[in-house]
Amino acid sequence: MRDTHATTTSVFTLWQRYKLARLKKCTSYTVYGMTCGWMEEAVRTTDTWRSRLTWFPTQTAQPKSHCSANATPEFEGRGGEELGTELSNTLYKVFNNKRSVDLKSLCISAGEHCWALYVDVLLLQCDGNLYDAISIAIKAALFNTKIPKVFISADDEGGKEIELSDDPYDCMRLDVENVPCIVTLCKVGHRHVVDATLQEKACSVASLIISVTHKGTVTCVRKVGGGSLDPESIFEMTEAGKRVGKALHAPLMKLLHQEESLGKKREKVGFLG
Amino acid sequence: MAADMRLPVIRKPVSLTSAFDRKDRKDLVVPGDVITSDTGFMRGHGTYMDEEKLTASVAGEVERVDKLICVKPLKTRFNGEVGDVVVGRITEVQQKRWKVETNSRLDSVLLLSSVNLPGGELRRRSAEDELTMREYLQEGDLISAEVQSVFADGALLLHTRSLKYGKLGQGVLVQLSPSLVKRQKTHFHNLPCGASIILGNNGFVWLYPTPGHQEEEAGGFYTSLEPVSLSDREVISRLRNCLLALAAHKVLLYDTSVLYCYEFSQPHQVKDILKPEVMEEIVMLTQQKLMEQEG
Repeated sequence: MRDTHATTTSVFTLWQRYKLARLKKCTSYTVYGMTCGWMEEAVRTTDTWRSRLTWFPTQTAQPKSHCSANATPEFEGRGGEELGTELSNTLYKVFNNKRSVDLKSLCISAGEHCWALYVDVLLLQCDGNLYDAISIAIKAALFNTKIPKVFISADDEGGKEIELSDDPYDCMRLDVENVPCIVTLCKVGHRHVVDATLQEKACSVASLIISVTHKGTVTCVRKVGGGSLDPESIFEMTEAGKRVGKALHAPLMKLLHQEESLGKKREKVGFLG
Repeated sequence: MAADMRLPVIRKPVSLTSAFDRKDRKDLVVPGDVITSDTGFMRGHGTYMDEEKLTASVAGEVERVDKLICVKPLKTRFNGEVGDVVVGRITEVQQKRWKVETNSRLDSVLLLSSVNLPGGELRRRSAEDELTMREYLQEGDLISAEVQSVFADGALLLHTRSLKYGKLGQGVLVQLSPSLVKRQKTHFHNLPCGASIILGNNGFVWLYPTPGHQEEEAGGFYTSLEPVSLSDREVISRLRNCLLALAAHKVLLYDTSVLYCYEFSQPHQVKDILKPEVMEEIVMLTQQKLMEQEG
């Protein structure tokens, strides 16, 4: 059973918009934040530069890398760093292809300016199946992201000047059709379980993380855990994961569109609402 | 197979059973609340004297027995009393005893001399028995036991000196709050739906398939590893979800309430029982039927 929730906060500076998505699976919460800033300084080098998606498992205020201690006391201090780095590495692998997010749409002027999307994931509560919850939150956040439209004009010295449109609602949206969803399959005995709780995870020795797009294309397969997986069972698990992953996208998009259509009437829930 | 997704909604506050409307409303206090300024009362558990005023130190309901006032907390660690049935997990194997985790403040103690030896022999425990302790109970094993006595520091002394106690085999453990389990004459029930249940006073509830025949000689250490049939497993899963539903709505757990909840959950699929609206519906029907029974 999953709840998805995306909320927009008000624009606090003209060039920065902050979106949060929250997902609940069983009792796992991830809060997902996204900031868009344009990369000016980095781009004024001679190297050609492409827009990119950077992954930070962070707290929303400071860009440090650790999971919130709300999830478990083990995450206090630097405890959650290992998990945080593992999460960002896996997410990087999942999205490291041309089609997941249309990077060309983030371009402002070819070879010079582009948008860099920073994706912050904040774990509030851990009850198993982290990757699935995080991937759904990411898809919801990307769906909700509004990137302001920019106009490039030549200024006096011959350089280019970037102007944001004054209307805060004049923005472009990202196409999230191809953003994959992650499915975690845990091997318990001779069978595998999808969407395992913490107790079920404790019984499994190995799990397979598969990221699947809405068409059924697999973008990343990763094995975690100390146990071993039989090659035949890997094939079975991949097939099952593809089926489940494909089935996740349609209800999610429907729900996101439904929430979008609620507009101002949407019920604000929780401290992030 | 379709995934069910929904937007978040504000959680409805759980209302305590409307049975309270008929009797006097119990007094609920929070830590720091003054119970009474009258000095004629003796103070019991959960209270302290703050400048001649009797103040509550835990959040719960006030119980008054003649001159004694105590506060019974709603959510607490298990405070064991002699004769309670508990379900616990072995955490350590020490010399001549096992440490058992029972959701109380300290780990409970199970002495080697308090267990039944396989074969039902009654003899003095030798050094050999001490060395083979791990063959009987290992770390991670689940046992059902009874509280023999309580140490001065609050730790419980357990014993399994009856054939109904001992190591638990295949089944499902549900961990709930100790205040939800009703004290009854017996905590071992064979439910007519095809499963058996042990309602531990410490909040640990054990669901297992009804054993076909009793192994009398085994003395409580024989665990059947035969595969459990699918129908039994479905019954146990449904019972587990019913227990979670009842616990979420703070309904007192005993064999009758669990049974009624099981009956009312029949029209729904097992996995649907965990949905909030289905949970509410089932628990409401259960509470209604329980009230009819009382009244």
